[in-house]
Amino acid sequence: MNHNPDSAGNPRFQRMKDLPSTHLLGTGTPMCSGCGGLAALHEIYDIIGDKSVFINAAGCMTLLSVYPFTPFRGSWLYTSMASAPAGAQGVRDALDILMQKRRMAASEDMEVVVLTGDGSAYGMGLSATSGAMERNLDFLYICYDNEGYGNTGQQTSGATPHGARTATNRGLSGFPGFKKDLFSIWAAHKPAYVATVIASEPLDLARKIDRALSLKGPRLIIALAPCPTGWEFEPQQSVDIGRMAVKTGAWPLKEYIDGEFVHTRIPRHRLPVEQYLQLQGRFKHLFEPRRNDVLINEIQDRIDRYWRNVSSG
Amino acid sequence: MSRSLLTGNGAAAWGARLALADYIPAFPITPQTEIIETLANWIDTEAMAARLVTLESEHSMITAAGAAAATGVRVFSATSSQGLLHGMEMIYTVAGWRAPFVLVNVSRGLASPITLEPDHNDVLAARDSGFLQIHCATCQEVLDSILMAYRLAENDRVRLPVMVNLDGFYLSFTREPVTLPDAKTAADFVGSYDPENIRFRASAPVSQAVAVLGGGPYSYFRYESHLAAESALEVYHQVADEFENLFGRRHEAIDSYRTDDAELVLVMLGSFATKAQQAVDQMRDAGQAVGLLRPRLMRPFPRQQFRQLLAGKKGVAVIDQNLSMGFGGILHGELASALYGQPEAPPILASFVAGLGGRDITGEEFFAMVEETRAAVASDQIPPPRLLYTQAELREVRKLQAVAQVERVELKQPQTVQGGQANES
Repeated sequence: MNHNPDSAGNPRFQRMKDLPSTHLLGTGTPMCSGCGGLAALHEIYDIIGDKSVFINAAGCMTLLSVYPFTPFRGSWLYTSMASAPAGAQGVRDALDILMQKRRMAASEDMEVVVLTGDGSAYGMGLSATSGAMERNLDFLYICYDNEGYGNTGQQTSGATPHGARTATNRGLSGFPGFKKDLFSIWAAHKPAYVATVIASEPLDLARKIDRALSLKGPRLIIALAPCPTGWEFEPQQSVDIGRMAVKTGAWPLKEYIDGEFVHTRIPRHRLPVEQYLQLQGRFKHLFEPRRNDVLINEIQDRIDRYWRNVSSG
Repeated sequence: MSRSLLTGNGAAAWGARLALADYIPAFPITPQTEIIETLANWIDTEAMAARLVTLESEHSMITAAGAAAATGVRVFSATSSQGLLHGMEMIYTVAGWRAPFVLVNVSRGLASPITLEPDHNDVLAARDSGFLQIHCATCQEVLDSILMAYRLAENDRVRLPVMVNLDGFYLSFTREPVTLPDAKTAADFVGSYDPENIRFRASAPVSQAVAVLGGGPYSYFRYESHLAAESALEVYHQVADEFENLFGRRHEAIDSYRTDDAELVLVMLGSFATKAQQAVDQMRDAGQAVGLLRPRLMRPFPRQQFRQLLAGKKGVAVIDQNLSMGFGGILHGELASALYGQPEAPPILASFVAGLGGRDITGEEFFAMVEETRAAVASDQIPPPRLLYTQAELREVRKLQAVAQVERVELKQPQTVQGGQANES
């Protein structure tokens, strides 16, 4: 199944011990402790490597590279909130032109990687992403999705889940809308690859990044990014919350490849979603001062319905 | 060298072709579209070795242009009006990347109301962005200015993107005889693009356009861009000298027409200045000592040349084809700041706003503006700013308003008769 097998035909990442043991991305960044997005980026960067240029949109991770520091061993270009995929277009096209006109050796080529938060990916940057896919741009898109405009204090974004309390939905029912299905929106463009990942499932993540790197064309990854400050939990809980997002089925791990949708992890005994919600202050109003069964059941029902379709499909 | 009849848009496309642009991120907008269609056709027929990519917006187009320039290729792009404004965030942003490229703007009035014909509010909205600006009045100038713009942009003392402006319709769609430099000479003139350390290579990783914390480093980089734009003035003169030596045409930072012995001077940007030039000839025939200055460079602003060219003149009439709401004409304000306190500055600097949205400026109006300036000189009283408009135009608008009123009444009538339920039944 893995597209980067070794000479014996085995996939590169079969078990945890196959994962890189040291991180390539530097430390001491201004990201919050327990940042699920940074954890995912560490794991992703280990596999992409330093022959890469990261094209960034406005978000938390814009603060990774603050003059004169950067944790990246490769290159970086900050663009704007809406147009990182267009920046990737310009860089990719320029590299291709330079090689085609023999002004740059092929060994100088790089993987062009867009790095944005959900605010850009689900909203302002969606048009530019759609355009990049429609032009079949050869690039990798990494969205760290912490389900809100985190860098400005966790206001509601297009990625905010139903019922979550945010800085702009402080009421008893939290956010009345629903998380946008960006995976399906992206997949509807029929790009080379789309996948969801989470840092707390590093083997699944590594296989997917590895697969993405083996393909040409648009390859897009959404990493759910548990966010201590935005979701209101202690930094050390970040991995547990990530695991719980998968075990409760709230964050399905899946991929779209060759026109097919595949779930890479189908939780056999899905835990009740409240075990995920209870760990986060942003859902506290569902349990205190009194339990809001209507809203909890509504959230559970939507997850059940999603997985029913997976089983029947 | 050969002579052809080219539109302003055609001349712009030739400029990009002769400058050997590698990459053209594009997005269609009237009246610019002919430029990218022409280039796309040349690329398809292999007359030009470049890549053209149509983005999904000007915001993305300018991002791609800056990103490609920051990777080390020669980039050309073109836009107009609303498109320039849609991309404005990136106009400011990519200028700070110090990645040089050339962007043609085909001027067109801005919404609201939405319109197609030209004025300069679009390009002047980019005035403070860090892009340098060259304004053209003829098709020849469009072509020549693009070649010069690459030299200016890529100069190691400058390293800033350059906007070359031409007026929509009046220049974009007007055919004029244009001398086409031969490809070899043009290529020698522009040279090959050396991206220096502004580029992405696997063996030499760089971080570009990173964030800064605090006003200290921020101010440093902003001042650097400003000082680079200021040095562009001197570089411009060198480039103009070299261009003249090779091609025999001289393009000054300020085009000066019959100003040597002039007492009164008109100051105008762009192709409408050719109307002013004709009016100057007529006034000269009538014995009036009138001249014309047309700045080609708006950024950097050639304040020293203005001071020299206007020293000792009695009066100046600045005709702004733009309007800064609550202020007035932009060029008038810029010129006033350049002349203030100068010992030989003209005592009268009159302001006229005209030509908005392609509104014509007639010969009579030029005479009237000069007359008013002359009266101001005689009375030593600076006249109030004038917004040019005629009785006939007002009558025409009143007619349109009457039609609009009638239409509104007629639309209401069926609702009155049927009790407003007609559409719902």
